[in-house]
Amino acid sequence: MSATYAAAHSFNKVMEILDRFERSETKIIPILQAVQEEYRYLPQEVMTFIATSLGVSPARLYGVATFYSHFSLEPKGKHIIKMCDGTACHVRGSSAVIDAIRKRLNLTAKKITTDDMMYTFETVSCLGACGLAPVLVVDDAIHGQVTPEQALDAIEKIEAEERENA
Amino acid sequence: MEKYIYINDRPVLWEDEKNILALARKAHIEIPTFCYHSELSLYGACRLCMVEVEGRGLVTSCSTEPFEGMRIKTHTRQILKLRKTIVEMLLANHDQECPKCSRADDCKLRDVSNRLGIDKVRFRKTRERKPKDLGSECLVRDPNKCVLCGDCVRFCDEIQGIGAIDFAARGQNVNVAAAYGKSLAQVDCVNCGQCAAVCPTGAIVVKSHIPQVWDAIHSGEKYVVAQIAPAVRVALGEMFKLPSGELATGKMIAALRILGFKKVFDTAFSADLTVVEEANEFVSRKSKGEKLPIFTSCCPAWVKYAEQSYPQLLGNLSSCRSPQQMFGAIAKERLPQQLGVEKEKLYVVSIMPCTAKKYECKRPEFSHDGIADVDVVLTTQELGRMIKEAGIDLNDLEPESMDLPMGFATGAGVIFGNSGGVSEAVLRYAADKFDIPVPENIVLQEVRGSSGLREASLADGNLKMAVVHGLKNAQILCDKIVSGEAEYDIVEVMACPGGCTGGAGQPIVHNKAQRKARTTSLYHADKTMPLHRAQDNPFINELYETLLEKPNSHQAHELLHTAYKHRKRIDDDELSLSGAGAEDRCKVRVCVGTSCYLRGSQDILAKTLQMVEENAWGKHFDIGATFCSETCDKGPTISIGDQTIHHATLPQIREMISKAAGTRE
Ligand code: SF4
Ligand code: SF4
Ligand code: FES
Ligand code: FES
Repeated sequence: MSATYAAAHSFNKVMEILDRFERSETKIIPILQAVQEEYRYLPQEVMTFIATSLGVSPARLYGVATFYSHFSLEPKGKHIIKMCDGTACHVRGSSAVIDAIRKRLNLTAKKITTDDMMYTFETVSCLGACGLAPVLVVDDAIHGQVTPEQALDAIEKIEAEERENA
Repeated sequence: MEKYIYINDRPVLWEDEKNILALARKAHIEIPTFCYHSELSLYGACRLCMVEVEGRGLVTSCSTEPFEGMRIKTHTRQILKLRKTIVEMLLANHDQECPKCSRADDCKLRDVSNRLGIDKVRFRKTRERKPKDLGSECLVRDPNKCVLCGDCVRFCDEIQGIGAIDFAARGQNVNVAAAYGKSLAQVDCVNCGQCAAVCPTGAIVVKSHIPQVWDAIHSGEKYVVAQIAPAVRVALGEMFKLPSGELATGKMIAALRILGFKKVFDTAFSADLTVVEEANEFVSRKSKGEKLPIFTSCCPAWVKYAEQSYPQLLGNLSSCRSPQQMFGAIAKERLPQQLGVEKEKLYVVSIMPCTAKKYECKRPEFSHDGIADVDVVLTTQELGRMIKEAGIDLNDLEPESMDLPMGFATGAGVIFGNSGGVSEAVLRYAADKFDIPVPENIVLQEVRGSSGLREASLADGNLKMAVVHGLKNAQILCDKIVSGEAEYDIVEVMACPGGCTGGAGQPIVHNKAQRKARTTSLYHADKTMPLHRAQDNPFINELYETLLEKPNSHQAHELLHTAYKHRKRIDDDELSLSGAGAEDRCKVRVCVGTSCYLRGSQDILAKTLQMVEENAWGKHFDIGATFCSETCDKGPTISIGDQTIHHATLPQIREMISKAAGTRE
């Protein structure tokens, strides 16, 4: 799928999403969720488009999108890794895992996506799975009671797959 | 039966006060507030206004309704402690650079902190320092002084109907931001400055152009002249402890001369000129029955708003430039010769009640060969500050008068500063033509008043007018006009409350009485002038005889009229779907605004993209979706290269695309 076709496809999806939620201001959150699913983040022009379609100001929509940590206004990497740093996870040693991952991917608390757009690494507050603390999520797969070694292994596994597909 | 409430054990008569705050004020107690603003919706977030209600404990006085027999305490030990804590917490995250702040004299945070005797801050800073927004010509935002009261956000949304700024992020990162964290200059902000006027601190302030003016005066090279807008003269005195509304024209002129201005002129003079031009434009449209209603165009905030939001009404805006720009054009055309100065050395400074005028004078159409018609705009506040900086004692100055010829105005030009003033001035001019009886005192009561939307029907219903202030009111009216629900001949729009007298460049307004005093005083000024109708101004007539020929002449169009263009709300918000950036590509834009969309533009867009894709023509095209909405009745509207196609159909567009591709293969 070439870039042009992909853009057109996604844009038609946005139209579809807006229609599905009846272009209603009260459905801002589900609309943004659906659009983020399509683009993996919320591109600015698409946001302005949605704001205009819903009759809200772009600043208001931006406010909503930045209120929820779930939404991202920056493009994200191909693989998304999340580490919980909520109280339970923190107490059980999430910091060491976080440090190890950041070191491996050359990221910091501010710079969360690798230059090659391969990985995004975020910390989150509580995943609601405190029983498994500390919790790591790699592309939707949940790993409980992780150690720094296990986290690095998970990254190696992705690397290997990527090499194979290249 | 009279109802009483007890404040600090003393009875207070409860009439129709909606909250404890107002009742306390009646009992001569000023409860501190940050997020309460009588013209805006209730927010109740700052908690500074807490009082104790017997049986209920602590409540926010701004949002608690009184009940009969209520017993309130306003300064218990607990309350005083709480207030201190709140203010200390705000100060902890505030940059505390007060001596460098232009709001220092008029800051609620500073005032409350003083009143509470705060001498240290016990808390640590939790917010990171954020950069200032310096992009706008009119305003500077400094998030490091923000107390998150939301007054600015609510004014922009509720009164102006724009919502250019809003709260973004959350927790300790909450901040007030324009869309995508951009500068105000890159978004739909219309520069009305009302957010700065309601901000209790220096987090949004008017951008100062004082240094430029001092430079010009001190250069020894420039010949610096001033034009003063009507509303300035009824507000400047407030900065020098004169009562609100006191007319300070003469003293102000003297001060300007002391500062180093060579000539002092009156924007009311060019307002007279605007009346003549606009009234004639209207009469001609009315006789042809076209482009009605005519919208006034003197308010640059309204003009930008219309350009962003009502492209379909742009043809209805009067093509007249605002009085400020008419003055600039005439000044640069005539003064060099009249005063014997080179055009390059003539430096025109406007003194305006308005922040948006700063933006207006920078519009490219108002500069020619690198020479701007108006070089710089100072607000009333900035003039006051210059006067203070120079140590001039305004109150003790002997009044002086304006310079001729452009300092001579009639009352018609002067009342421009009030909402309804432009309409009244035009009516006074055109009354004869429409057989409107003009009373002896030439007050046309029909268009006076303070409500946000006023309507009048004159000349047996032959002349329908509407006067609005606040852009939200304008929005409501425009929607009705677009849908055909309402019909008018003349619509006057001013963005600021009460018109220019309530402009954001004026000293901060603290209460309604202050606004009222300014309005009344301006009408008084009209009364005391020798002439009241623009057509009676001998210097305007002389201008037509020697330069402009007649109203709406070719020459008048060159100097006094302008054109408007559709503007995007947000910079670079076009949705480019392929190959943006490369300049040599054929640009294709498909409107996906509601009405084009309903007529199938989306399908055309999708199929066009598909076609380009299949033929591998991607390198030739830059295809995007836009909201043009300019010609909604002719949708779907699509532009290919420099051609615009209305009522576009898929086969037609396919053919044009193939052809464009053909010439590029
Ligand atoms: S200047 Fe006016 S339009 Fe711009 S953000 Fe402030 S209130 Fe809104
Ligand atoms: S900028 Fe001013 S008005 Fe706006 S939230 Fe901050 S303190 Fe309040
Ligand atoms: S604290 Fe980590 S899942 Fe709850
Ligand atoms: S003024 Fe009452 S809560 Fe802010």
